[in-house]
Amino acid sequence: MTMTETSAALDTVVEPGDGALLTVPAGGRLQIVDLHGNQAVDTLLYDAHDIDNRYSAFDTIREQRAVYLSTGSRLVSTRLDELAVISDDTCGRHDTLGGACSQESNVIRYGEHTRHQHACRQTFLWYGAPAGIGQRQLTHNLNFFMNVPVTSGGDLRFDDGLSAPGRYVELTASRDILVLISNCPQVNNPCNGWNPTPIQLLGRW
Amino acid sequence: MNHDIPGAAAWSAPVRAGRSITLTALADDANAAVLTIGSDRLDRLNIPDTLKSQMSARIRTGMVLMSDRGLALATVVASTLDWHDCLTGGRPDRLLLLELAKHGFGAADLHSCVNFFSKVAISGDRRASLAFVPAHARAGDTVTLRAEQDLLVFISTAPHPLSDGPAAGVAVHIEAAAPGDPELREEALRALELTRELIA
Repeated sequence: MTMTETSAALDTVVEPGDGALLTVPAGGRLQIVDLHGNQAVDTLLYDAHDIDNRYSAFDTIREQRAVYLSTGSRLVSTRLDELAVISDDTCGRHDTLGGACSQESNVIRYGEHTRHQHACRQTFLWYGAPAGIGQRQLTHNLNFFMNVPVTSGGDLRFDDGLSAPGRYVELTASRDILVLISNCPQVNNPCNGWNPTPIQLLGRW
Repeated sequence: MNHDIPGAAAWSAPVRAGRSITLTALADDANAAVLTIGSDRLDRLNIPDTLKSQMSARIRTGMVLMSDRGLALATVVASTLDWHDCLTGGRPDRLLLLELAKHGFGAADLHSCVNFFSKVAISGDRRASLAFVPAHARAGDTVTLRAEQDLLVFISTAPHPLSDGPAAGVAVHIEAAAPGDPELREEALRALELTRELIA
């Protein structure tokens, strides 16, 4: 997408490596569809009227006393305001520990040859800029459809996704929110099944 | 430099590259929620990047704390505990916000923190449910970080947000770091090398 979407309804496809900035009004429902399966959708949420009141991965984890996100998960801000709720989910499990890929973290994880591959944080900075979302405002995102298992021994992995073509997750906004999306272009690990693919965004409000 | 932070307080200090900062629990169940920001006053501790590059869901000896921009902020060079929580964030804490404000930072800088001395156990169920582990830290437990670039370190001694125990104090000792590295993964070594080439 190339513009901020503010229409009363939304039906658009986002290619891998591209992104979107959406305004979803309180009560609005946003469905994210994994068209081809195993596609990580890196997502940040902000209070539309105060971008410092933003999604907080670790406050969300603590408040629900569980690492994985699914139906019923309340997505809360640094001030513990509820920004949105996962109101439907046919995938079953989503990540909020793995953060977003960046050129710099790709170098650390995979080596210098990956430095100039496009990465989610580039997409966040590009689509966030019109709303005043810059480096300081970027925080730890959630990753729809991404599988990052943690163990009771305190280990963490990136695994093949649990998703499949056509599975979707639905957010219901608890207040007016900005939703900043990067459809992940990562090709160096299995988070996108080694093959990034498009997603569909469906808005009803 | 020595300073005892009482329980339920916040404190901050610059820590120069090459110095170490040792935290010591002054009572059982201490918690030190630590935020850190790098030498450019923008590049912050990034827990997801720290965890995924070192395949860990906890902070322990031999891990490099990494920044948003893929640089090493600090290395955990020693600890009497093998698990420091980094999954459950901090309390919305007025004292910590005031400490950030002293250095020109604000709510936009409430990024991830490490809850040193605390453990939140991860269950094997389908949600990876979490449970706070009481009495994980005992008085005298320590953790030592070596600054890999000039840092600002913010510490809150509020009780862990999942604890119902009283707040405990934490002693801070800053000195020139001892030579030598703990065993480090390849990714951690790469972060240290890049950081030394660029800024340290």
